[in-house]
Amino acid sequence: MSAWRIGQILPSRSVSVLKGGNVWFFRGGAQDPAGYLVSGVRSMLIPSQLSPSLPQSIALSGVSERRRGLAQEKMTENGVFSRDKVLTIDTMNPTVKNVEYAVRGPIVQRAMQIEKELREGVKKPFTEVIKANIGDAHAMGQQPITFFRQVLALCSYPELLNENMFPEDAKNRAQRILQACGGGSVGAYSASQGIDCVRQDVARYIERRDGGVPCDPDNVYLTTGASDGIVTMLKLLVCGEGASRTGVMISIPQYPLYSAALAELGAVQVNYYLNEEKCWSMDLSELESSLAEARKHCNPKALCIINPGNPTGQVQSRQCIEDVIRFAAKERLFLMADEVYQDNVYAEGCQFHSFKKVLFELGPEYSDNVELASFHSTSKCYMGECGFRGGYMEVINMDAEVQAQLSKLVSVRLCPPIPGQALMDLVVNSPQPGEPSHITFMKALGQAPDMFYCMKLLEETGICLVPGSGFGQKDGTYHFRMTILPPTEKLKILLAKVKEFHQKFTQQYS
Amino acid sequence: MDVIDVSWGDPHEGGVKPLTFVRQVLAACMYPELVESDKLPVDVKQRAQSLLSACDGGSVGSYTPTGGISYILCSVSNFISRRDGGVPSSPENIFMTSGSQRSLMLVLKLLVHNQASLPTGVLTAVPASSFFIMMLQSLGAAVVPYYLDEEQGWAIEVEELRRALQASKGVCNTVALYVINPGNPTGHVQSRKCIEKVIRFAAEERLFLMVDEVYQESVFGEGSEFVSYKKVLSEMGPPLSHTVELASFHSASKGFMGECGLRGGYVELVNLDPAVMRYAYTLFSTDICAPVTGQLALELMANPPRPGDPSYPVYAQETQSIRAMLVHNMNWVPEFLNNIPGISCQPMMGGAFVFPGCIYPKQPLRRPRWWGCSLTCGTVNSY
Repeated sequence: MSAWRIGQILPSRSVSVLKGGNVWFFRGGAQDPAGYLVSGVRSMLIPSQLSPSLPQSIALSGVSERRRGLAQEKMTENGVFSRDKVLTIDTMNPTVKNVEYAVRGPIVQRAMQIEKELREGVKKPFTEVIKANIGDAHAMGQQPITFFRQVLALCSYPELLNENMFPEDAKNRAQRILQACGGGSVGAYSASQGIDCVRQDVARYIERRDGGVPCDPDNVYLTTGASDGIVTMLKLLVCGEGASRTGVMISIPQYPLYSAALAELGAVQVNYYLNEEKCWSMDLSELESSLAEARKHCNPKALCIINPGNPTGQVQSRQCIEDVIRFAAKERLFLMADEVYQDNVYAEGCQFHSFKKVLFELGPEYSDNVELASFHSTSKCYMGECGFRGGYMEVINMDAEVQAQLSKLVSVRLCPPIPGQALMDLVVNSPQPGEPSHITFMKALGQAPDMFYCMKLLEETGICLVPGSGFGQKDGTYHFRMTILPPTEKLKILLAKVKEFHQKFTQQYS
Repeated sequence: MDVIDVSWGDPHEGGVKPLTFVRQVLAACMYPELVESDKLPVDVKQRAQSLLSACDGGSVGSYTPTGGISYILCSVSNFISRRDGGVPSSPENIFMTSGSQRSLMLVLKLLVHNQASLPTGVLTAVPASSFFIMMLQSLGAAVVPYYLDEEQGWAIEVEELRRALQASKGVCNTVALYVINPGNPTGHVQSRKCIEKVIRFAAEERLFLMVDEVYQESVFGEGSEFVSYKKVLSEMGPPLSHTVELASFHSASKGFMGECGLRGGYVELVNLDPAVMRYAYTLFSTDICAPVTGQLALELMANPPRPGDPSYPVYAQETQSIRAMLVHNMNWVPEFLNNIPGISCQPMMGGAFVFPGCIYPKQPLRRPRWWGCSLTCGTVNSY
């Protein structure tokens, strides 16, 4: 193992349970004599050493010492004490004051007030507020995917499994999910890392997406939206004080969850500017100079990238991603790749490359060592199911002890919402050709099945045909058009490949 | 051999069925085509329609405002007000979150000062839920333990609170008192008199009260009655009713709903400094919003079918059946355990757990002689 292995980037915390008299301080970690909840184990132990005796070593302080830092009582004019609040902006956790979240900030709050005024009949120069402040597809009118909602309805009220109005594949999916839930109900808690079979399905999805790069389901954590995973990882990363306080590199512009989380954690925000003139691309020299500057006053440990970009819409090129990975490797930075918009790539010539795939294609020098967390969610793309708060993160090359701490940390919030987990399962495991819901699903995506067929043929064999849907065909039938003009010998090779592809395609999707 | 897990307060895992009305409304909200079909009762369809109209774009897949869907916040505040015999409740002081655990964490984030010379301390019962302790741990706060009185059925004694607070002086800056009522894991339900004493203590010692009341619907012990801290505070009159800062937590995970997996919880913040409330809003906003499924569950908890509604007979029968089972279990489980030599179990008044004590014979043991284990009362079958 090379010297700069994961443990040195994310130091495993040592535990000390200091029993200062009858006060318990916990600094986290594995050796916990009080026997608190350990990752993945759902039985609860209670503190086993109850010692009612008082220590004599704690000096009893006077009332004034106890009130240090708290607002004092004031004597009013008529001689009555008025009680100042316990929790004021002076006594509050000071880092909270630095938290700002523009997406829900003053403008949005005023927008909600204006909406209320409009409902009450107040006259304005407009009749409605159009909220385009947040990436909320359904609020803008995008329709949910029927298949997803059918399965979720069946999971919610399994008596509907007896109804004819639902297709068989939706029922099968619902039954599979329910079988994986405690008591066969989406109302039961799941394991804090998420339902096993969903994590396995997510792992398979990631492998397919990344052209076969292996994914271990144990490295997959289902989360309450991607935000939950991002904040959890930041919490693991941030420590130290003064000049050794953790710095986290974030792009400017950025999605303000990052700055808000860093402010609340008291971490040092290290900005690197995206290049607006070059379509908001990442600039290696900017990363280098930002890092060098940051090292003078903090301990930069992580580099966050949002790709595709939010708010910029930039899709980073493969070369850029390689450069960033090499940079992170050289500078010993933990990479956080926020890839929630990975299915929202529209521009010609643009393609989404996952950080994980590129990492593995750079070879073992990088793929064995660079620590990476990548995030995805059900809130964006064609799903747009923001309200379900479904998401996952995959951690790669994380130190085993740190990963144990991660599992402990996620257990504090018990588990992500089960409907969100179920939805994630459907997203990574959408209806396949041959299944009853496949056609309507593809139509909802704006993609005809024969388009899918021709695209796959092109990707796998290089043969370019035209899908029949471009010409019009009877409903439920599919065709393609190919020319017979090339020389016979060439056509023989081409058709042999088409035959082989067709057999494989039929087998794969039947 | 099957594993029988009775360690969690998870009714559905244990075999309790979800409430039909709740699941029908949920299904109709997920798949609105059901509203047009003849598969569901009229009141279910009406409720689903109202809820869908309250969602942006008419979809439960949209984000909601930070505290939650306004319609639902109103339902919840009305529920609180009815529960408390008319004590006013404002939707603006209520935030729905992904389970009550998340609300607890966010309130702690406001309170726990991680840059002060002394760590922030929170008075916490022993025994207490390990999740809360882990939360304090993760924030770098100090647990200031106060011991519940087992001989008195795990009651809170104010003298013990005073002792614990005194012991923390110079070690940490204790700013809050965390109470769970009905108790977890103890099953104790506090009397009104006890609640008044605790409130007075918090007022005298200038402590922020965090009251976890998620088991408020599960009170079946004879002579026991749940009364909320907010109600008692209000009835104590000014100045206390206007000044004692209180956060009270509830959830759709317990009670008759038992919808743990939907992640619906809320906190009602009482008497907080308005400037702090603005920061609280920003902090809660960083989650964007609670899962809509959880918000829906809270609405259905706050606003169940009423007599005369088409769904009421089934709802009444289901809740009465759950209640009867829990009352039965609450009585015979402690009695059964008490009849085992070496085990003693306090009577259970409410909640979902018993917390019996076990005595082991004198042997070289790795574990100490006293330790507790938690069983989930509602899931232990009769035999």
